Amino acid sequence: MSLVLEGVSKVVNGLTHIHPTDLELKSGTMNVLLGPTSAGKTSLMRLMAGLDAPNTGKVIWNGKDVTGMRVQDRRVAMVYQQFINYPSMTVYDNIASPMRLLKQSSKQIDTAVKKAADMMKLSPFLDRKPLELSGGQQQRCALARALVKDAGLVLLDEPLANLDYKLREELRAEIPKIFEEAGSIFVYATTEPEEALLLGGNTATMWEGRITQFGLTPIVYRQPINATTARVFSDPPMNFLNITKSGESLAFGDDQTTAAAGAFAGLLDGDYLAGFRPNHLELDKPAASAMKFSAKLQVTEITGSETFVHLDHHGDNWVGLIHGIKNLKIGADLTVFLDPSLVYIFAEDGTSIAPASYATAA
Amino acid sequence: MAKITLDNLAHSYLPKPSREDDFALKELNLDWADGEAYALLGASGCGKSTLLNIISGLLHPSQGRILFDDHDVTMAPTTQRNIAQVFQFPVVYDTMTVRDNLAFPLRNRGADPAYIAARVQQIAAMIGMESTLDRKARALTADAKQKISLGRGMVREDVNALLFDEPLTVIDPHMKWELRTQLKSLHHEFGHTMIYVTHDQTEALTFADKVVVMFDGRVVQMGTPQELFETPEHTFVGYFIGSPGMNLLDAEISGDKAVLAGTEISLGKGFGTLSGKVELGVRPEFTSLTSGDVGLPVTIKRVEDVGRHKIVRADFQGTPVNVIAKEGAEISPDMNRIVFDPAGVNVYADSWRVAPKVA
Repeated sequence: MSLVLEGVSKVVNGLTHIHPTDLELKSGTMNVLLGPTSAGKTSLMRLMAGLDAPNTGKVIWNGKDVTGMRVQDRRVAMVYQQFINYPSMTVYDNIASPMRLLKQSSKQIDTAVKKAADMMKLSPFLDRKPLELSGGQQQRCALARALVKDAGLVLLDEPLANLDYKLREELRAEIPKIFEEAGSIFVYATTEPEEALLLGGNTATMWEGRITQFGLTPIVYRQPINATTARVFSDPPMNFLNITKSGESLAFGDDQTTAAAGAFAGLLDGDYLAGFRPNHLELDKPAASAMKFSAKLQVTEITGSETFVHLDHHGDNWVGLIHGIKNLKIGADLTVFLDPSLVYIFAEDGTSIAPASYATAA
Repeated sequence: MAKITLDNLAHSYLPKPSREDDFALKELNLDWADGEAYALLGASGCGKSTLLNIISGLLHPSQGRILFDDHDVTMAPTTQRNIAQVFQFPVVYDTMTVRDNLAFPLRNRGADPAYIAARVQQIAAMIGMESTLDRKARALTADAKQKISLGRGMVREDVNALLFDEPLTVIDPHMKWELRTQLKSLHHEFGHTMIYVTHDQTEALTFADKVVVMFDGRVVQMGTPQELFETPEHTFVGYFIGSPGMNLLDAEISGDKAVLAGTEISLGKGFGTLSGKVELGVRPEFTSLTSGDVGLPVTIKRVEDVGRHKIVRADFQGTPVNVIAKEGAEISPDMNRIVFDPAGVNVYADSWRVAPKVA
């Protein structure tokens, strides 16, 4: 099974929701659409499902053009952020409903419902009504219904966003396991980078109606092909600074210069955008070659085992995630260090020149 | 600003509560110090909203008293409590400009216009909305509207307390960082007593000086983020705080030795003889993988690369155990044991932490 989008685009009232997009998804894969609100995640899913017809381009399912085919005629299941169940039906009947529509035998239905309920830990609640369940159980019921449908394409639009943090953590760990067994194509929209990483599979980062990169999730995270992808796929946000290379030295626009070592050595002279992740910033000098910055400490946040430092580096806001509990004075000047092998280099237009060397070493 | 005291407080939604189970909020005594930032953390249904509603005056408790600076306000309505509240969804007057929205609580109380102008300017600078002060609120995004709600909550300097009820739920992750940092600097600058209700541990831990963890209608621990991380007083705190939460393993303990499913390990500190359900609690951050004969035998089930570290899901005699490994760590197939950092080992009897005996 495969789903192919060929130059698919969507314009609504003169506003482009989706720019022409190409994408190929294969069966048995988990595909995450990652991006902030209104990046186009839901719009793209609706085009995949056939809920909306694209203005241009084709949707191809198993080699067959299904552009414009009604969603009812396709094997598609969708789960939304809002838990959608039939309130007057029992959990059993809710899960069974798509199979009844397909006029399957009651024996087939019974087997499938019990299997899905078992996977979703709903077996003890089959006789209850959805509103007698907790939020997490209600969403499990909606997920179970998507599962029994035996759909080739399952679309999950921020399905855990309305659940408690801890419950989200547990369901998120279960979802990939369940879907590995099922063999369909799964598409999962989220605004949270950490969720994408935990789900694994492939990730398409989205920004303003475009897919900025698509590939294996850890690869997209570690080797973003442009600054937009790096920005979308980082929480806390990636830190950026402008650098100028001339000859053997690098300038950071703050009167500081350092030797152009490592990945910087091979750069042509000119201006670049450098990016690095908060957890790579350090308070203690890690190595002789480390780059050194002085910044003003704005706020600290302690998570219990780590400390977030929010820094002002000559007008750029940086976040550092430091291991351990640090009691630092707000407003003080702080010296921070960065290993050059952890720095991503982008051209001024955001195109990646070189991913951080650590990211390609593994 | 005020100190808030909860004295012998409890609440039941039933008319005639008779058993402890009838109480949505079990009896509690708690002091909230003047000028501190607190987070109230727990899952849905744990009683945190009930507690917040009692503090704000939306609900009168079935038992006990609530004091603001030792003054009994138990039966006082919300309007007399002099508190500011920010809710999950923005509450903004769409037809007013941002400036008028921010000025509203001050104008309502007849403050001096010169003071209002200066104060609104100061708050606008804090929330980064100086350039949009003269725009109507209607045209703004949800994020911007919630910033106005936060700013308006903060505009009065004379409030007894500021209450936030899941204020960042509707906000995108990147903007959450920005707003939370602003809240934190506002607290640093103005020193309000703040109570922040959330189910999100990251928000709670990063925002608060002290976190109050609630479970099943009870406050199970009030402590600094570091205390909650290092010495959870209840297994629920161990589970709820941390991603993944604390590993809990059934153990038999006598003195400084623990036996877990037949394997003995040394605890480095004595616990005497314990009764009830005895468990060892060790966070994934204090658990590491190794190979050889030392430690508990495990089977690795799955390795999740979450970017800044790896989460290794392993199995110890049928009990799931999680290990956090460094970003670049090699997880080799011959790793078949886990060992604990003694500094991170806690002991629990019937879910409550047992302090080690001082030698």
